[in-house]
Amino acid sequence: MGESNFIIELSHISKCYGDKCVLDDVSLFVKKGEFVTILGPSGCGKTTLLKILAGFGTATSGEIKIAGADITDVPPHLRPVNTVFQRYALFPHLNVYDNIAFGLKLKKVKQDEIDARVRKALKMVGMTDYEWRDVNSLSGGQQQRVAIARAIINRPQVLLLDEPLAALDLKMRKDMQMELKDMHKTLGITFVYVTHDQEEALTLSDTIVVMSEGKVQQIGTPTDIYNEPVNSFVADFIGESNILNGEMIRDRVVKFMDREFECVDEGFGENSPVDVVIRPEDVYIMARTDSGMFDGVVQSCIFKGVHYEMTVLTPNGYEIMIQDYNAFEVGQEVSMIVKPSDIHVMRKERICNTFEGKMIDSTHVEILGAQFLCNEVADALEGESVVVEVPFNKVELMDNKEDGQQVGDVRFILYKGDHYHLTVRTADGENIYVDTTDVWDDGDIVGIKIQADDIVIKRKQ
Amino acid sequence: MKRFFAQTYLWLLLAMLYAPIVIIAIFSFTEAKVLGNWTGFSTKLYTSLFSGGVHHSLLSAIENTLIIAIVAAALSTLLGSVAAIGIHNLRGHKKIVMNTLNNIPMLNPDIITGISLFLLFVSLGITQGYATVILAHVAFCTPYVVLCIIPRLQQMNPDIYEAALDLGATPFQAMRKVIIPEIKPGMISGFILAFTLSIDDFAVTIFTIGTGGLETLSTYIYADARKGGLTPELRPLSTIIFATVLLLLIIINVRSQRAAKKKEALVK
Repeated sequence: MGESNFIIELSHISKCYGDKCVLDDVSLFVKKGEFVTILGPSGCGKTTLLKILAGFGTATSGEIKIAGADITDVPPHLRPVNTVFQRYALFPHLNVYDNIAFGLKLKKVKQDEIDARVRKALKMVGMTDYEWRDVNSLSGGQQQRVAIARAIINRPQVLLLDEPLAALDLKMRKDMQMELKDMHKTLGITFVYVTHDQEEALTLSDTIVVMSEGKVQQIGTPTDIYNEPVNSFVADFIGESNILNGEMIRDRVVKFMDREFECVDEGFGENSPVDVVIRPEDVYIMARTDSGMFDGVVQSCIFKGVHYEMTVLTPNGYEIMIQDYNAFEVGQEVSMIVKPSDIHVMRKERICNTFEGKMIDSTHVEILGAQFLCNEVADALEGESVVVEVPFNKVELMDNKEDGQQVGDVRFILYKGDHYHLTVRTADGENIYVDTTDVWDDGDIVGIKIQADDIVIKRKQ
Repeated sequence: MKRFFAQTYLWLLLAMLYAPIVIIAIFSFTEAKVLGNWTGFSTKLYTSLFSGGVHHSLLSAIENTLIIAIVAAALSTLLGSVAAIGIHNLRGHKKIVMNTLNNIPMLNPDIITGISLFLLFVSLGITQGYATVILAHVAFCTPYVVLCIIPRLQQMNPDIYEAALDLGATPFQAMRKVIIPEIKPGMISGFILAFTLSIDDFAVTIFTIGTGGLETLSTYIYADARKGGLTPELRPLSTIIFATVLLLLIIINVRSQRAAKKKEALVK
């Protein structure tokens, strides 16, 4: 391999409990001195990844190297990393000094050196003269400063931060963000920061790793992630966006909202289905004119401090979110323009639900851990495995979970301008994707029903 | 009027609870052989309690009781702490099972514990004496210690063990420098509880003490009472034990109040 520039090398890390994987083949390479943020909604596996890096958890498979040394099986106390915990995790029976000196005392550092380094660390976090205070008497912000001092005093190669600001109030959080960024510059230590707050990630990081469902969705600079999201999940998670179904007619021409638009993307092939992302601040809005690209009526207008946020309904039923410095009244007829370079086209991850299924008999198939009635498959063998396809808009969701053939809970909701695209996790742990105009909430328990005519069975031969 | 009845009721109740102890304490300062006869103030019973001679067996019973209580309390605190940490780190189903298994011996009547331990020692061919009494006391005290420590573990920030490892402590150092200081109050109250349970135990002790002439306070008093009449020196002894317990209670209360005040002052 030779010398590598990377301080952290995570290769093919998976963490599974039975067949459920919280981390699924995650690879990540971090350069020395970088500020990397792992960003994702709760339950995406980001904290698990950090714990594996710190050594508190072990990966089911994969390899971890820090500074070129394989530490996959090294216990946490021998790793050149230190962690700042979300709930501070200060030792309540020790005062500020003893908390900070904990690591150095274990390493048998000389007393006068410990004194000097504790003072320096306290100065760094702006807590000079707090040495002899009881940690329980400190505010949340002060406790987190002590926790940071306790970690950086050991001069780790990598500092791991697990949502360190999540428990602080907004004002304190903003202050601490700036301080952390300064600290990162002064110390030159590699920071790996975990958060679910996209704004925090955009503010602090050199590199952002967006995670969802145990997989890395995108790795890039904050600008890249914001301007060129690779899929609709990233686009929706980072900032506000309009995400619409579209079709790539040919290179540089994309059709959405029943109209063809000029764009700058190429290489998607002709007539291929795509997701189109337009940031609300990239839509130019004006009073109705003939020179607009499309028209609409203002549905709502909210003042957001610097700009106004408006929703506009187009005549063919699409809702578009627009941010502009000018306000347009509700009910006003407006026209919109979008620059070709502001239309972001992304390949669809899937265009149809595809499941591995098993024939029960010629008219019943087992998918998603339940039995579904299907159209007759001639001479189907019992137990024959098949591929089953179900269009997104043919899946019915029921309020009453008993009314469906299987139960699931709504995991992720994407608004597509004129309908919602839902990710529903079924009771057996598979995802089914549903297009619907009904409004569901995150976490709703639903019954899932599919008509026999809508189940397409493909035999494997 | 209502208040008057409430007050009277309270004082009557307290009088009934404390009258026997007060009577013993009063009659410990007189020489009469029979309880209830007042033959003038005297501290003779106190001096004869500690003078040996006739009452040598009583003194050695006290000594045995204290040694057994201290050793049994120390051993059950050690075992109980390890068990509590183990149970705390279990998940789901296993945790519930272990907690239940820990609670059953406490609900089990002492007499059953005593008989079953007796049968165990006999069937294993172990000669009964000091060791068997201590083992028996450890057996019934440990669940109480576990019960004293588990709440401390539940209140503890679960991340601090990992934080210690993260800062370079070996698992053993993390236990000693972080977990033990956190659960120490639970360990102390567990120790005190085990100590008092051991001192006044009779049912388990009588079955495991053997026939080698070993006596603890409870078995001594039992034998003494059966011989006909209680030794008068038991009066000053009961008074001393009561006074000691009272003193201990006052110390513990004052200490915890001071700690609470200190904490309150710091928060402000």
